[in-house]
Amino acid sequence: MVALCADLTGSLKMNDFADKYPDRFFQMGISEANMMGFAAGLTIGDKIPFTGTFANFSTGRVYDQIRQSIAYSGKNVKICASHAGLTLGEDGATHQILEDIGMMKMLPGMVVINPCDFNQTKAATLAIAKHKGPVYLRFGRPKVANFTPEDQEFEIGKAVMINPGTDVTIVATGHLVWKAIEAGEELEKKGISAEIINIHTIKPIDEDAILESIAKTGCVVTAEEHQVFGGLGESVAGVLARKNPVPQEFVGVNDQFGQSGKPDELLDKYGCGSKDIVGAVDRVLKRKK
Amino acid sequence: MADIQHLERLASQTRRDIVRMVHAVSSGHPGGSLGCTDFLVALYGEILNHSPENWDMNGVGQDLFFLSNGHISPVWYSVLARNGYFPVKELATFRKLDTRLQGHPTTHEGLPGVRIASGSLGQGLSAALGAASTKKLNNDPNLVYVLMGDGELQEGQVWEAAIYGAAKKVDNIIGVVDYNRRQIDGDVDDVMGLGDLKAKWEAFGWQVLEMEGNDMTNVLSNLKLAKALCGKEKPVIIIMKTEMGNGVDFMMGTHKWHGVAPNDEQLAQALEQLEETLGDY
Repeated sequence: MVALCADLTGSLKMNDFADKYPDRFFQMGISEANMMGFAAGLTIGDKIPFTGTFANFSTGRVYDQIRQSIAYSGKNVKICASHAGLTLGEDGATHQILEDIGMMKMLPGMVVINPCDFNQTKAATLAIAKHKGPVYLRFGRPKVANFTPEDQEFEIGKAVMINPGTDVTIVATGHLVWKAIEAGEELEKKGISAEIINIHTIKPIDEDAILESIAKTGCVVTAEEHQVFGGLGESVAGVLARKNPVPQEFVGVNDQFGQSGKPDELLDKYGCGSKDIVGAVDRVLKRKK
Repeated sequence: MADIQHLERLASQTRRDIVRMVHAVSSGHPGGSLGCTDFLVALYGEILNHSPENWDMNGVGQDLFFLSNGHISPVWYSVLARNGYFPVKELATFRKLDTRLQGHPTTHEGLPGVRIASGSLGQGLSAALGAASTKKLNNDPNLVYVLMGDGELQEGQVWEAAIYGAAKKVDNIIGVVDYNRRQIDGDVDDVMGLGDLKAKWEAFGWQVLEMEGNDMTNVLSNLKLAKALCGKEKPVIIIMKTEMGNGVDFMMGTHKWHGVAPNDEQLAQALEQLEETLGDY
């Protein structure tokens, strides 16, 4: 196992690894393109590289390097991308990437994972180390509720049932899992039983979990901190279109760039708050039947 | 002392392979391939510590070679095949459906000898530095070689990698620049000149050698010198002067044969100038 970072060691919390294993930590400077190619090269001789930088610089900035040197070359590189989405906050739209899931899931063979809290991120990190092949691991910046049990097993491609329900399925990923839990509490007060599913692996997606749930509920709301184009919602829609079409509403950013602000302010402003999930459930229930 | 004549006979056959391969599919890049033939024949024939019969991806205990300017795949495929990495007759599949000999080299179809895909330019030096760093972690004293085009040096990633190599003292790598001074749209100097290339690499902290890339004796002596310069806390780069199209008179002195295949008549004319020394595939 080796780790690389492009001048964001503190932000990525990679200091402990760097201090403990200086020979296996590579400070790459502000040169992400070189970092991705270098990581691909490190695998030759059987090392498992973990790259660390912000999600924006882990994807859009280096897409061709990932495509050719890592994905097409079949290299066992783990691309660990922090500060994804709106909740990066005050730094604004230059850094708030909302297109990364789409870009990465389009690459043949690339596994795409977006965990929802600290415990799930930790479990995912251990799981991807054992997986052979390229992985994109996306996580965020702010402190968020840590609700995943510490001992929960992380299986790549396997959804996690958060709350069983009967009226509507809410499929959420990343930070919006917590928002979905909040929305579920609101819905319960209104007498609506929401089944909440945490999809941490967007590719390969857990088709069985989705199909099993919608067979029961007959409608679905997807929720993600990402553009609705190309994200989790479109992956779920693809499953439904092929296997069992039911009404679906999308919670996500709708073809817009973000801006500076506090994380929760931004989620609300761009339609990714818990009240937006409640609203989407109301809409989808009207379309049902 | 290497048998120069023997290497030159190998080079002549490889040049025949190149023009025949690109002619057969009316596509591919003969110009740069012909220019780099002597270097690759010498590298694989005399310099590399490698064992084609025991090829594996990790290459532990062997030297590694990366081709960053992947479009000159014909010369690399010929040299790999003629060194025993795969059957010579497979050269006939170049650029055809379901071939392992894709237009640009790839690991995707499992062709022995290839350790990373290349084609989109500017990425090979980064991969080579990574592989060289893994060699150090593995206490593997063997070297990593990487060939780049000169036009390719217009890509910014090359210079990110160049800074890294010097800053982190990666001294088990030998870079080679194919300095033929031509690229697709014309002379490099007209498209976007590179300035004083030797001074540039020196300023970036690399040890620089200059080599006559179409003179087998000069190639061998400089490659040996480059090896001797390794392990001195500085990466090594060779600026290799070549002639695009070398060995085929009508392909020399112009950029026009960068990515154009000869027709039947031109093929015949080219083959007249290249002795068949080992038997065509």
